[in-house]
Amino acid sequence: MSDSTPEEPAPQEELPDRPHRVIGTPSPAESRLLLAETAPGSTAGLPVVKPRELPANPQDMDDAKRAEKIVAACFIIAMLAGLGFIASYFIFQVHSVTGVLHSNLALGSCLGLTMLFLGIGTVVWVRRIMPHVEITEMRHPMRSDPEAREAFADTFNEGADASQFVKRPILRRTLIAATVPVAIAPIVLLRDLGPLPGTSLDHTVWRKGLRLLNYGANTPIRPADFSSPGGMITVVPDGYQNNFDALAKAACIIIKFAPGQVVYTDHDYSVDGFTVKNWTVDNIVCYSKICTHVGCPAALYEETTHHILCPCHQSTFDATRGAKVLFGPASRPLPQLPMTVDADGYLVARSDFTEPVGPSFWERGNSS
Amino acid sequence: MSARRRHPLAPYAVVLSGLLLTGIGYTVVTAVGDASAAQAKITQSAQVAEGRTIFLEECATCHGDFAQGTPNVAPSLIGVGAAAVNFQVSTGRMPAKEPGAENDRKPPSLNAEQIRAVAAYIESLGGGPTVPTASQVSQAGANVGFGQQLFVADCAQCHNFDGAGGALTYGKFAPPLTKSTPTQIFEAMLTGPEAMPVFNNTTITPKEKRDIIAYVVQTREEPNPGGFSLGRVGPVTEGLVVFLGLLLAMVFAAMWITAKHRKTPNE
Amino acid sequence: MSIDKALSGTGSWLDDRFHGARGVRTLFRKIFPDHWTFMLGEIALYSFVILLLSGTFLALFFKPSMTDVIYHGSYMRLDGVHMSEAYASTLNISFDVRGGLLMRQIHHWAADLFVAAILAHMLRIFFTGAYRKPREINWLIGLVLFTLALLEGLFGYSLPDDLLSGAGLRITQGVLQSIPIVGTYLSFFLFGGQYPGTDIIPRMYILHVLLIPGLFLALIGAHLFIMFHQKHTQMPGKGHTNENVVGAPMYPYFMAKTGAFFFFTFAVVALAATFAQINPIWLYGPYNPLAISAGSQPDFYMGFLEGALRIMPAWQWVVFGHTFPFNVFIPALVPLGLIMTAAGLWPFLEQWITGDKSEHHVNQRPRNAPTRTGLGIAAVSFYGVLWLEGSNDVLADHFDVPLYTITWIARFAVFLVPIFAYIITKRICLGLQRKDLHLMQHGVETGIIRQLPSGEFIEETRPLSDEELAVIDRPVPLALPAGEGSTSADVPPPDRRGGLGRVKARLNELVQESVPVDGHSGGYGNGHAQNGHGATADEDHAAIGSGSAATDDEA
Repeated sequence: MSDSTPEEPAPQEELPDRPHRVIGTPSPAESRLLLAETAPGSTAGLPVVKPRELPANPQDMDDAKRAEKIVAACFIIAMLAGLGFIASYFIFQVHSVTGVLHSNLALGSCLGLTMLFLGIGTVVWVRRIMPHVEITEMRHPMRSDPEAREAFADTFNEGADASQFVKRPILRRTLIAATVPVAIAPIVLLRDLGPLPGTSLDHTVWRKGLRLLNYGANTPIRPADFSSPGGMITVVPDGYQNNFDALAKAACIIIKFAPGQVVYTDHDYSVDGFTVKNWTVDNIVCYSKICTHVGCPAALYEETTHHILCPCHQSTFDATRGAKVLFGPASRPLPQLPMTVDADGYLVARSDFTEPVGPSFWERGNSS
Repeated sequence: MSARRRHPLAPYAVVLSGLLLTGIGYTVVTAVGDASAAQAKITQSAQVAEGRTIFLEECATCHGDFAQGTPNVAPSLIGVGAAAVNFQVSTGRMPAKEPGAENDRKPPSLNAEQIRAVAAYIESLGGGPTVPTASQVSQAGANVGFGQQLFVADCAQCHNFDGAGGALTYGKFAPPLTKSTPTQIFEAMLTGPEAMPVFNNTTITPKEKRDIIAYVVQTREEPNPGGFSLGRVGPVTEGLVVFLGLLLAMVFAAMWITAKHRKTPNE
Repeated sequence: MSIDKALSGTGSWLDDRFHGARGVRTLFRKIFPDHWTFMLGEIALYSFVILLLSGTFLALFFKPSMTDVIYHGSYMRLDGVHMSEAYASTLNISFDVRGGLLMRQIHHWAADLFVAAILAHMLRIFFTGAYRKPREINWLIGLVLFTLALLEGLFGYSLPDDLLSGAGLRITQGVLQSIPIVGTYLSFFLFGGQYPGTDIIPRMYILHVLLIPGLFLALIGAHLFIMFHQKHTQMPGKGHTNENVVGAPMYPYFMAKTGAFFFFTFAVVALAATFAQINPIWLYGPYNPLAISAGSQPDFYMGFLEGALRIMPAWQWVVFGHTFPFNVFIPALVPLGLIMTAAGLWPFLEQWITGDKSEHHVNQRPRNAPTRTGLGIAAVSFYGVLWLEGSNDVLADHFDVPLYTITWIARFAVFLVPIFAYIITKRICLGLQRKDLHLMQHGVETGIIRQLPSGEFIEETRPLSDEELAVIDRPVPLALPAGEGSTSADVPPPDRRGGLGRVKARLNELVQESVPVDGHSGGYGNGHAQNGHGATADEDHAAIGSGSAATDDEA
């Protein structure tokens, strides 16, 4: 029959020699009987009782009675805990840390206990009150029998013929041609998700004359105020102190060294392993805070070793040598920001960084 | 009788005695001047003297008899200031038990009086940052939210958002801030002990330091509303708890549910 | 009586409309085999349900917006601080909504448990061979579910926009940006421009509450339906054959047990949410791209990616003005890609190697597939080394080991440990097989000591009972089926000729290496498969040693 369920083979009238379900060890019995209350077709006058598949009562009734008390107790505890949950909601107010602590404890333990005892009660019920059964059900192979497969093939082929899909290539090809643009359209619709990167990754907001601000108080910095060797602080560009898009590339750190600690180069461009002297003021050096690995703030400064350590993946940079990479996955040094002082004596940038800051990307060569 | 002739060396003797008189007179005058002003200073110099004594006993073996330092063993203490001494000794880091990668906090071996003495002595050698006053570290009126902002920008990368501390390189570490007093936190920022950078009072002002201290203290004193804090370490401990606590509990539950049926005597 | 009437009334009403009597009856009578390892998948399923319930609650209060606001709620330590609306609304849920913190913690613990359970379930399926025909598609669906779970978790914990998860988002962006050719475009499209922008939280939100849960519902539905339709596998045991299923029926037994398990899952998650604080975002503070904390780690299931990023040496190529940042995109793509591809191909690879195209409904004990178990443990140890490296700064701090030392050790361990793990596991499996063989041949020790007339003491043994034997017993390893065109044992069949064919034959030997069951002494894998001694799939019993108790004088 075509409407038989997929879960079991067709009713037994169609497959008489397939044993369906039996109890205990497989036997060729055709029907499922646990306890045949009466032998079929025997003594006249007695009512014929329907054969059962599952026993009506547990094997050990006394144990079941004891278990029943346990289960009932569990469910009663669960009910009380559930009521406790509802009550706790109204009793315990939040709006303070200790208030939340108490409310969380009360609500959570009540909820946990309700669920726990519902679970325990149910398990004891299944294990000790429901009769124990072990039933064997036969599988049928996943592969359909040859007749069914053939019938399916016939139906499929007949339909294919009737649709004329195979016989008329023009129909087929134009259909495919019609659906291809519609399939591409959703991808096209995603174009406005964002602007194209262009050259925006090559620049930050730093430019000539922009003051460095001490982040937090956002005050400009005089070299005389930042004069303790071993000092380090986070700096941000003036006017951008709350602009996260800008800060994600423009945040920097300045470090003050004692004379003779830094290895300088006199060139006006960055040289691997050297700090550019023209870009420093009074042994104060400014490096990008954005790690060149994947962009975490590389802010850990060890005053004794002069190492800058990024806490995310432990890239380590030598602050006395142009933030050259010493260890870790970063493959480029932290860019150095060219600095000078302005007319009022505050630290300002000379220009933007001379290379892109932050993580590497495809369009980035070795330097800008 | 011959005419009184001066001795040929007489002019020199006059000049010499003149100089001598001037010198002695000057010394007496200035000494007297010092002495009068020094009435108030007498306790201070007594403190400094006591400090010197303690210094020679406890510190000079590494730091040198005049605190000039010993190369590769201990730095010079000239100019580090009373604040540095107070920090290092009150946290027990100094006297160091051994010259190692980093000194741990341990119970201090000098009492408060002795620490003040040594601090005064070191301060007298070369100046440097002084111990903060009580009002400088009090939390009254501190802006905790601002302290949070500064802490995460300049401190959390080493000490962790909670002040739980963190690893540095080559066996160094940023210590947890759980036991630091407000004074010690102030002094640490000011003097930059060991690997810590120096945050002097013109870089992070005393008011800002107060705000940071308030943030640190309030954070560590705050109860955990969600239950046990699991050390406030973060997702690492949370992951361990999921496997060793939650999943394990579920496995036990599953084992119970599917355990073999044991026949009772009545069956 | 009235309950009966109500039920039958309702049932009748439904059947009139849905023709359900036969179908529902079949469902009710379906047999479910019982083993605790079969419940691991249910942990994941019920965690998912809990996530849906708690997530709905949270969604009623959460604001997925990055607009800057100043906080003036109940959590005084952050009063007056600038933060995004997302973060502020999370603080609001935690401190100003009753049950809010509980729901947040339930949601997060359930999410972690979800992934942990998927891992455990996936490993169980792998180690017992339950992915074999006809369940390969379900295995693949499972892998997709695992990947989705990782993504869903990543987006979920990033929604509150706190400092810890924000750092993770920055790393994600840096990784995306590093992909050759398309990296910057992907990054700009995902974030709506420069990082961080204002689009990422609302976009993650819709992925997290709508798109991915929709995919989950569909795939989990398919996963369960396939399992129902094919019937669950069963463990080897007495009366358990490849053609049957032994257990208790769905109604009422399995329904009750699985319902109880749902309650237990909820209880465990709820109690964890009560007593163990998780993801305390108020301590982390709002996200700021110039701030970072020591000891920043993602949630545990992302830990292996974090470890891969930390372990990688600084390799980068710059060619013709373009950069290949190997140091970033190799750790991001290779470990996960390797594991997923290997896992996805494995059922088919194994079929090709062993030539085994029959249906399997009885699980294998892991020891009976030593090569597979060894490979699985190798994969787990690879994952584990990366996971440990991901927490290297926490380990360095707590165990006083220098930071770089841990990374150097991990750089070697990530290759050496899986190799050793494979070798050791395989040896252990073979040893356990030998132990089983010994039991089969000599019986089980009873603990009863007898003294022989000669004065010697012996321990009595008894032969294995049928139940015990059924669990140990396993099919003899399969030979590759003799191909057509093979005329003698000296000429290999066509599919085993040539380079690839020889590789296949050698791999078959390796994969099927086992202690032989038929009592031959000396060595294992000694060419049984190739000589055609091996039986076909039908033969599933082997000879048992005599092992008579009274005269057996071996321990």
